[in-house]
Amino acid sequence: MIKKRLNIRMSGLGGQGAVTAAHVMAMAANRDGKFSISNPFFGAEKRMAPAESYCRIGIERIYDRGELVFPDVIEVFHPQVITMGKSYTMPFYSGVKEGGVVIINSAQPLLSEEDINRLKDLNVALFYIAGTELAIEVAGTELSTNMSMIGSVAGITKCVSMEALDGALQERFGKKFVASGGTASLDEAIKKKFAKKEMLLAKNLATVKRAYEIASEWADKNKVELRVGNPAVAA
Amino acid sequence: MAEIKSHIGTQNKKGQTYTDAWEMMHEAPRNPSFYTGSEVIKEALRRASCDVMIAYPITPQSEAAALIGELFAEGYIGDYFRGESEFAVMSQCAGAAFGGARVFTTTAGPGTMRAMENFPMWAGARLPIQMIVTCRGINSPLSIQPDTIEISYLLNTGMLVWHAETAQDFFDWILKGFMVSEEPEVHLPLALCCDGFFVTHTKDVVNLTPADMCLPPYDPYRSPVPCMDMECPPVRMMRDPFIMKSNYISYATHASWQQEIWAAVERSRKHTIKWINGLIDTENTDAEVVIVASGTAVSQGREAIRLLEDEGVRCGLVKVKSLRPWPGEEIREATKNAKHIFVPEFNVTGWLAKEIKATIPNSERVHAGPHVCGGMTMPPEIIASEIKAALGLRSESLAGRGS
Repeated sequence: MIKKRLNIRMSGLGGQGAVTAAHVMAMAANRDGKFSISNPFFGAEKRMAPAESYCRIGIERIYDRGELVFPDVIEVFHPQVITMGKSYTMPFYSGVKEGGVVIINSAQPLLSEEDINRLKDLNVALFYIAGTELAIEVAGTELSTNMSMIGSVAGITKCVSMEALDGALQERFGKKFVASGGTASLDEAIKKKFAKKEMLLAKNLATVKRAYEIASEWADKNKVELRVGNPAVAA
Repeated sequence: MAEIKSHIGTQNKKGQTYTDAWEMMHEAPRNPSFYTGSEVIKEALRRASCDVMIAYPITPQSEAAALIGELFAEGYIGDYFRGESEFAVMSQCAGAAFGGARVFTTTAGPGTMRAMENFPMWAGARLPIQMIVTCRGINSPLSIQPDTIEISYLLNTGMLVWHAETAQDFFDWILKGFMVSEEPEVHLPLALCCDGFFVTHTKDVVNLTPADMCLPPYDPYRSPVPCMDMECPPVRMMRDPFIMKSNYISYATHASWQQEIWAAVERSRKHTIKWINGLIDTENTDAEVVIVASGTAVSQGREAIRLLEDEGVRCGLVKVKSLRPWPGEEIREATKNAKHIFVPEFNVTGWLAKEIKATIPNSERVHAGPHVCGGMTMPPEIIASEIKAALGLRSESLAGRGS
């Protein structure tokens, strides 16, 4: 399916980087020349409390903002979103559009038979990825879980390019640090930290790439196609 | 004595060139940037030649307040400090403005309510302070998400009140707002409102003016009232204060000054029209159905109009940019063909619909709604479905959140 707009809802827990993930996705789409908007939604900031973010990517100017009530893609960053109802919605997939995709960060299946059937009725594809394990394996820290989730949605939908993601990550994590360089005495300390930062950037990007490959392979195998483009041209 | 030497073309200590405000806003090249609304507030302030910013953190404006702190550290703001509460901040803003400074502050939701006493005081004292209001819920149960009800409390303070739709509006209006506020015949505070989160925390493309250009500095000698004069209106605290109503003069001052504040709001009309290109924007107002909205509700309305177009329903749009001065004549004209006027709002009471009903003939045409409140989102699908229901068209049932 090719759509003028791809609406992505990221349901996570505070501290997992769901907000950053949506911002990075939108920044990358913007770099690719698409229209995009991202925004978060959360209560008083608290680790492990529900936190959501939304990324809208399209081929025409986007006005819509706020919670994504009717998403095409839902990403679940943490099993507790499902198992403990840490979501702004019960069930977590309510509002998902027909032909959509649900991406869940979990090493084992979490959905009941009823949930699976309801998603099937809506022709919604279901993809599990062990995103936290992947982050630990590739980046050496579970803090890069959001990178697995970025790679997953990008791999399935191809809504942003890897090159743009690389640029967006540099912009988000690299640029400001460089800009703050001051006196000569501080230069040395900054250089050291910058070296670390560069390493973190490289590892994050590697995590995104690995998840992208896994997700892309799954989408090809299961013939899941959900793209952003001009449906009129595609037809 | 008033300054006779122009600052235009000279440089400030950061090497920015004081530029004619009209030229800077309308002719200078623009640089597209992908920023959050809070970052945009910082970038506007970088170019605003602001003398004093006083901060108190309250979500969702905390980020903007912190970012302007960084700007102060970089040397772009004359002075910056944190008050002990919102009430203190707004009082301190008054002091700084009485002293002849260009003053900026930010607030939101309960903070706005806490500081409320100061706003009519600012207006009465004719202090052209600019206050960013990143709206959020104010009532219990508390919410940090956007709810525009606090704007309704600001409408009768004597402040100018504008409601931005996007971060682009915000960037432009912060800078243009100072120009309108500081006109000698206006010289009133401006509450520049937006829906928190949907503007402050959203990343969007914003076209910025060059960072090496800034507004001309504020000239306090253009104030229509003397700076901190204890003997003249509006202050005159010391001898025979007005509050005593002890003689004819003090009584008459009250009677005339209240009218003068609102006359100044009226006189701001032509400057507001000039700077933000009209008090309203309109699209396709020859249609039978028209959405009238302000803030994020305009954006959601635009998406709803797209959805309706796909189903063959033509719908016009009125974007209300300025609430004070109120665009009564403009709204009457823009809605004269409409059979149905929908007013979607992010608050439970529908204050905008009430204002519109009080403005136009045949007010039964106004459908007050849809409404969301307490920080809920307004999906465009809900607006479209309410319009279709009113037109007697079939609408798919929407199984969204909470259903």
